[in-house]
Amino acid sequence: MLKNKSQNAFFFLGYYRTFAAIFREPKNGVLRPIFLSDMRKPFLSQFLFVAALFLSMSAFAIAEESKDDEGGKDLKTEITDYIDHHLKDSHDFSLFSIKQDDGTKKHIGFPLPVILWDDGLKVFSSSKFHHGEAVAEVDGNHYKLYHSKIYKTDAAGTINYDEKHHATNAKPLDFSITKGVVMIFITGLLMFLLFRGLAKSYAKNGSIPKGVGRFFEPIVLYIRDDIAIANIGEKRYKKYMPFLLTVFFFIWFLNMFGLTPLGVNVTGNISVTVALAIVTFLLTNLTGTKDYWKHLFDPLGDSMPWFGKLPLYVILIPIEILGIFIKPFSLLIRLYANMQAGHIVVMSLIGLMFIFKSWIGSPLSFGLAFAISLIEILVALLQAYIFTMLSALYFGFASEEHDHAEAH
Amino acid sequence: MEKLIEEFSLGLFFWQSLLFVGLVLLLRKFAWKPILDSVNEREDGIKDALAAAEDAKKEMQNVTADSENLLKEARAEREAMLKEAREIKDKLIADSKEQAKVEGDKMIKQAQAAIESEKKAAVADIKSQVANLSVDIAEKVIKEQLSDKSKQLKLVDDLLGDIKLN
Repeated sequence: MLKNKSQNAFFFLGYYRTFAAIFREPKNGVLRPIFLSDMRKPFLSQFLFVAALFLSMSAFAIAEESKDDEGGKDLKTEITDYIDHHLKDSHDFSLFSIKQDDGTKKHIGFPLPVILWDDGLKVFSSSKFHHGEAVAEVDGNHYKLYHSKIYKTDAAGTINYDEKHHATNAKPLDFSITKGVVMIFITGLLMFLLFRGLAKSYAKNGSIPKGVGRFFEPIVLYIRDDIAIANIGEKRYKKYMPFLLTVFFFIWFLNMFGLTPLGVNVTGNISVTVALAIVTFLLTNLTGTKDYWKHLFDPLGDSMPWFGKLPLYVILIPIEILGIFIKPFSLLIRLYANMQAGHIVVMSLIGLMFIFKSWIGSPLSFGLAFAISLIEILVALLQAYIFTMLSALYFGFASEEHDHAEAH
Repeated sequence: MEKLIEEFSLGLFFWQSLLFVGLVLLLRKFAWKPILDSVNEREDGIKDALAAAEDAKKEMQNVTADSENLLKEARAEREAMLKEAREIKDKLIADSKEQAKVEGDKMIKQAQAAIESEKKAAVADIKSQVANLSVDIAEKVIKEQLSDKSKQLKLVDDLLGDIKLN
């Protein structure tokens, strides 16, 4: 019976955000979900439909019945592990897994290509890993998934640990198309179709947007007027616009995807936020004006004789130089931490439902999870806004042009 | 920090950078540029339309002012014309009155002169007629008185008496 309950926990965790999901009582030991997809957004439902088609083709081919090897773990550890697993990128697009009465696990999802550089390019399907349960053998090399990372092992799949319980096996360079990459690609495609459509609708309708463009145009204008022009200035804002617009919608859409039952956590992944922050960093410093660099290396200007400035600059210049790196670093940590924290909080609250297992505790934590999810929708937009806003602010610093002595 | 570094995945970073930069470039060409251009164009259009409306309004005001001025001028002109006409009329009346008076006076004078001369002529005529009549009467009287001798002699005596006195 406990198995079945923990079964439920997994189920809810996988679908923690599908409020419309309805679950039937176990029949023949298998839980059958009926989910009415969220119809608020047509593109989302279309996407889910396509995803469902995809699933029907591959899911049953992939679905593996494997032995449950975590028999001894208690519910809390299971939930913690599940949350931990969810936060990480994964090598296959698994939507959820079902544990059956005989202790086997059924994974629903589809595999993704694994691309490794290990003395030559190795490309194979992630189904070979059997969701981390099997050792993949490619060209005589053996690989194993351990905590969502690929390690090179021997044929038996032995993982060696150091004293801190870190794996010491060799890690091949992993350029796999992971779940995160797939979502990035889908988001990019969606954005391209959406905004290409908006651009085209102007030509067709005489400068008046049509359809979803009516919703997105004010946002584009807001970014232009209140983020770009307000922070960078009328003169130089134009060249930053493509980046600002793209980064805003990219983060926002990915944040929103994170709130869907797809269970992706792309913007809460440090690699993604690092990549975004590096673009901001490069744009800031590569387009920096003379005044920007002068401000960095000669912050006091002509207000002091050189011998007065010298002792101050010993402290000031390192701080300024550090500032160049701290600014984008704060960007990447802020986005990462906010999205990561949001996912952890919502999933933990849902996990609490199964820990309480009472008529008072469970509805309470469900209500809390629901409320936090609503807040997360706001946070999704807010984080996109903050990232864009601060990037624009940094671009504004980089494109400053003024008479130095007067400004201080 | 150690957890962060451990979580960092080079593969995802690589794909993210590649796809994101590609997306920025693609969207710049196919979406953002056309969108921002058309929005700017539309805004400029609106600005121009507003300016044109403002101009039209000003023009309208000018036209109204012009027509008002024209009306005022016309009114003034009419006023002036009327005034002139009135003056001309008055002058004409005054002139004709004057002329009539002068003519009348002249005629009266002529009439008076004619009357005077007629009168003189009449008086002269009467005078001569009276003289002729008195001469005739006197002749008849003298003829009557001098018809007998005694009376003639008396007259001669009277006349001689007068001469003596002289």
